[in-house]
Amino acid sequence: MTRAVGPATLRARRARAAWWLLAPTLAALALAAGWPLARTLWLSLTDATLADPGDFAFVGLANYLEHDAGQWYGVLADPQWWRAVRNTLIFAVASVALETVLGVAIALALDVPFRGRALVRAAVLVPWAVPTVVSAKLWAWMLNDEFGVLNHAALALGLIAAPIAWTADPDLALVAVIVVDVWKSTPFVVLLVLAALQMLPGECYEAARVDGVHPVRVFFRVTLPLIWPALAVAIAFRALDALRVFDLVYVLTANSASTMSISVYARQQLIDFQDLGFGSAASTLVFLTIGLAAIVYLRLARLRPEEVR
Amino acid sequence: MKVSGRLRRAARGALFGALLAAILAFALFPLYYALVTSVTPSGELFRAALVPPGWTLEHYRGVLAGPFLRAILNSALVAAAVAALSVALALGAGYALARIPFRGRHGVLLAILSVSMFPQIAVLAGMFELVRGLGLFDSLGALVLSYLILALPFAAWVLTTFARGVPRELEEAAALDGAGPLRTIARVFVPLLRPGLVAIGLLVFVTAWNEFLFALTFTLSDAQRTVPVAIALLSGASAYELPWGAIMAAAVVVTLPIVALALAFQRHIVSGLLAGATKG
Repeated sequence: MTRAVGPATLRARRARAAWWLLAPTLAALALAAGWPLARTLWLSLTDATLADPGDFAFVGLANYLEHDAGQWYGVLADPQWWRAVRNTLIFAVASVALETVLGVAIALALDVPFRGRALVRAAVLVPWAVPTVVSAKLWAWMLNDEFGVLNHAALALGLIAAPIAWTADPDLALVAVIVVDVWKSTPFVVLLVLAALQMLPGECYEAARVDGVHPVRVFFRVTLPLIWPALAVAIAFRALDALRVFDLVYVLTANSASTMSISVYARQQLIDFQDLGFGSAASTLVFLTIGLAAIVYLRLARLRPEEVR
Repeated sequence: MKVSGRLRRAARGALFGALLAAILAFALFPLYYALVTSVTPSGELFRAALVPPGWTLEHYRGVLAGPFLRAILNSALVAAAVAALSVALALGAGYALARIPFRGRHGVLLAILSVSMFPQIAVLAGMFELVRGLGLFDSLGALVLSYLILALPFAAWVLTTFARGVPRELEEAAALDGAGPLRTIARVFVPLLRPGLVAIGLLVFVTAWNEFLFALTFTLSDAQRTVPVAIALLSGASAYELPWGAIMAAAVVVTLPIVALALAFQRHIVSGLLAGATKG
């Protein structure tokens, strides 16, 4: 036994302390995330039902895809699943594109100094603070076919001849869902872009202005590349959120086939139809989709826009 | 020349003003309209008036007399418990990840980041089984447990970012005084990171307050319901006659406190969100 503690032992002791400090968090994550995820993966390989989850048989990949007596079965053979995939992709691409364009535009406007700017910035963040379920209800009311204020206004202005059933019309329901998401989530993009804009060096602009470069060119040549890292993060966060959308779709249009997202599809199988095995297979596919999107993003995020061509 | 320049400037000012007005209208109108609807007497709702044609508190009285009050209490309890628990756990994790070099640190960060990207639906089946196995079905405990998956990765990630910003000298001074990691966290990090802790706590609180999917799936009775589910399930005598006045009153009741919190702590919250969005 030596009394002097060498740097190596000190480092080892610190490392041990690190694991102790991490232990509660890692244990909680293992219990609340790791275990349920592993069980979902396992259940997707069984024919378990919600009514009696203890009584099940191993069925391999049959919940995903199975060929039996000339017929295809499984999630991947269900046209409703593919409809949900299509809905989710349309929703994700449209809402994230609109949120990005609007978010950048609003952030640019709010970056210009004017009186009362702090107040306007605060007001713009309000939709972000509104709970998703409440947002869905606010818009469901405004879009109501009989009493909705938007139909009233459009009728009064002569824009439409008859009230439109926004959330009930299969062709329009997805549009309604996208509109509500854009309202609710654009502030998030504004916030991240504004923060990036505030950190930009003023000299670039001075130089560009002196050279008489058109503002639009300045935006694409100077501003956009500089805020791109922040914008990429905002887009990634929004895209991952959009791909797993549940609340908005469920509250606005319930289990309607015309808007059903992949998360809504999976929950319907799991809970409403009580099919734990089949529903878990759908859930697993959602997980894989999001995982794939996350990996693609992590790859792309290292590239700058001028390199992506 | 001079006049036309001034005119141009005025025109541009007016255009910018119109743009700002449009932005404000887009952001605020839905909430304003909910407020209007919530005080409009039931008989006048069909008019879709932009200012209340009458004035009544009937919708608020109706909503607050029902099980909705219980839902507010439930939501507050769950959100506060999840916020306190996540911040407490994340303090240790954030300190360790930010300040102690150890093998596996990168792996832990990556694991935390991956969990934060989990779609909730991916754990729904397994969590349902776990909740039932632990006897937590239809209880607030089920929500506290399941919300950790939403709150903890975020809290740990943001705390790691914040903890990196604490000057090393302060920590070394504490170490020279013989303080272990726990004492260092309590004496140095908690006081210095208080604004950050407030931000994380608030963001977690809001996340838990707003959560819908788990609450819809893991609770059944009015006694255990939280606010988002209660609002989603508010219905009238028939499916075709939704009580819009009551729904808007409920929406106002649950949204105004959150909006007020968000505005009061705006700077904190923005810093927390930004830290959550930076790469580690």
